[in-house]
Amino acid sequence: MSKLICNQEKVNESNVEELIKVCPFNAIEYNEGKIEINAGCKMCKICVKKGPDGVMEFIETEEIKVDKSLWKGIGVYVDHVEGVIHPVTMELIGKARELAAVVNFPVYCVFIGSNIKEKAKELLHYGVDEVFVYDFEELKDFRIEPYTAAFEDFVNKVKPSSLLVGATTIGRSLAPRVAARFRTGLTADCTMLEMKENTDLVQIRPAFGGNIMAQILCPNTRPQMSTVRYKVMNAPERQCAPTGKITICDIDRKKLASNIEVLKVTKKEAEDNISDAEVIVAVGRALKSEKDMAMIQELADLLGAQIAGTRPTIEAGWINAKKQIGLSGRTVKPKLIIALGISGAVQFTAGMNSSERIFAVNKDENASIFNVAHYGIVGDIYEIVPQLIENIKNQGAEYCVR
Amino acid sequence: MDILVCIKQVPGTSKVEVDPVTGVLKRDGVDSKMNPYDLFALETALKIKEKQGGLIKVITMGPPQAKDVIREAYMMGADEGALVSDRKFAGADVLATSYTLSQGVRKMGNFDLILCGKQTTDGDTAQVGPEMAEYLSIPHIANVLKIIEIKEKSVIVEMDMANTVEIAEIQFPCLLTVDKDIYQPRLPSYRKKLATKDREIKMISLNDFEDKNEKKYGLNGSPTQVERIFPPSVNNDRETWTGSGAQLSLKIAAKLKELKFV
Repeated sequence: MSKLICNQEKVNESNVEELIKVCPFNAIEYNEGKIEINAGCKMCKICVKKGPDGVMEFIETEEIKVDKSLWKGIGVYVDHVEGVIHPVTMELIGKARELAAVVNFPVYCVFIGSNIKEKAKELLHYGVDEVFVYDFEELKDFRIEPYTAAFEDFVNKVKPSSLLVGATTIGRSLAPRVAARFRTGLTADCTMLEMKENTDLVQIRPAFGGNIMAQILCPNTRPQMSTVRYKVMNAPERQCAPTGKITICDIDRKKLASNIEVLKVTKKEAEDNISDAEVIVAVGRALKSEKDMAMIQELADLLGAQIAGTRPTIEAGWINAKKQIGLSGRTVKPKLIIALGISGAVQFTAGMNSSERIFAVNKDENASIFNVAHYGIVGDIYEIVPQLIENIKNQGAEYCVR
Repeated sequence: MDILVCIKQVPGTSKVEVDPVTGVLKRDGVDSKMNPYDLFALETALKIKEKQGGLIKVITMGPPQAKDVIREAYMMGADEGALVSDRKFAGADVLATSYTLSQGVRKMGNFDLILCGKQTTDGDTAQVGPEMAEYLSIPHIANVLKIIEIKEKSVIVEMDMANTVEIAEIQFPCLLTVDKDIYQPRLPSYRKKLATKDREIKMISLNDFEDKNEKKYGLNGSPTQVERIFPPSVNNDRETWTGSGAQLSLKIAAKLKELKFV
């Protein structure tokens, strides 16, 4: 068993404080002349690497290794509602193909639902080798027990080395259930995935509200599981000619029993979803009053953009709460985002820093938004935005004349 | 009906900085609080109790100082609380944490209903609730927006499904994770603080568990390993423009045109 130990004889009055301080989790205690590790320890091993030399040591012992050669392929969970496939699925297929290429693995999809056989064909246009379809009436609504049972059946049958699941409402509920059933690791909201030669999946995700990145491995269990948010990976181009095959799977119907009954499904009213927007104009604290939203709206209209905001503008009630970008709001990945008067706290930038082009206007040249912006414009939004609107209008006019 | 609520102590702020040179986390005056999402779970339990009676028990896992969140729960109206704590739990990932908590839950009794917040503000995974439900072999529903009706053997809830809102009936025993804003959480009461200041907080450690196999807890029970942590990459490929408002607005318009956005 691996463990962290303390070489007590190397602890002295001069280094004990340094040692305690090095732990970001307050997990090192000094009681009656002895260093103790409390339950707050996250095993980040910072105390080993950065603490006083040789005091803390990490002892690794041989673990029972899983036979990795028995687990092949990368599985993608097909996220859908009533057969309408969520686009995160294609993004994950794209990523799965990249990962699979490294170790020469096939890419699988598992599609669980009711009346979905026809819809499975669409997946064959994205370069999947095999789609496993569980099509049963009991799977019409997402209910946790039958969906987990079908997923479990797929894993037992196919033995995929890695599983990618979209971090959607369904994925975030289903993936942990499956992970616990197989006693395996699940890393939430991965932003980067890489494949090692030995088929270990390198999973990178923001930790502590995006302040640091954690690189996570799942070396001794299979399948390795990750969830990935929508708009983090890139979907491949749809190919005209389908490739791969569809396999209709059977399962013992008894396993599809559930203690949940869905009584009523109501469509939410269609609303502009900033997660799907290609262009976004985002405003922050520098906006002085609600009436100034008019100029923001005008700019947004000219660019065909959606308006989004940071938490203060949401709390002021100027912008609908569903248009909040950031950790407590939505993650966006538009082609263009213009951040107006936003300081750039990590809680905000974590929700938009993978946008393709980031323009930021801020009076403060040291604002942290400039760390993520491709074009950092040091200036006052009240001077720039009205003139920018005029300039864009004029460009349009020029174009018409020609 | 007795309800169990799972709560967690989290850092008071998520503003943790990493020293770019040493890679060490800077933590200046980091204080702790109850995970804000758990307040909604606790409030939901309190609302149910007002109608149905019964006891509200809370459970948390963490270092000894995590007792503070149990005290906080007492101040809001929880009746009993337990802290699951052991040095052998150190380094637990989601799976080991879920297993540890499920063992703790079994120690606290039988519950028809277990409530969790939607996620924590530090781990941010939203995975522990569903994984616990799996270990307890009970169904769960995540993202509950409303408790519509508590029946004798089931509860009817409204849940958020991204594009739809669904109403579902789930049999007891079950686990629900509740969305924020399900109910406005009450503030801790000073009167309750005084009334509960001597109330016991049950301590549960590995020796109290049914399953005492050390390999299933803490680092050894964790399939995932943090290989390294590093500061997020700073985008170096960037330009900074300065000048008058007129110059800058012209420059932006030209760039937007060049990039085919206008």
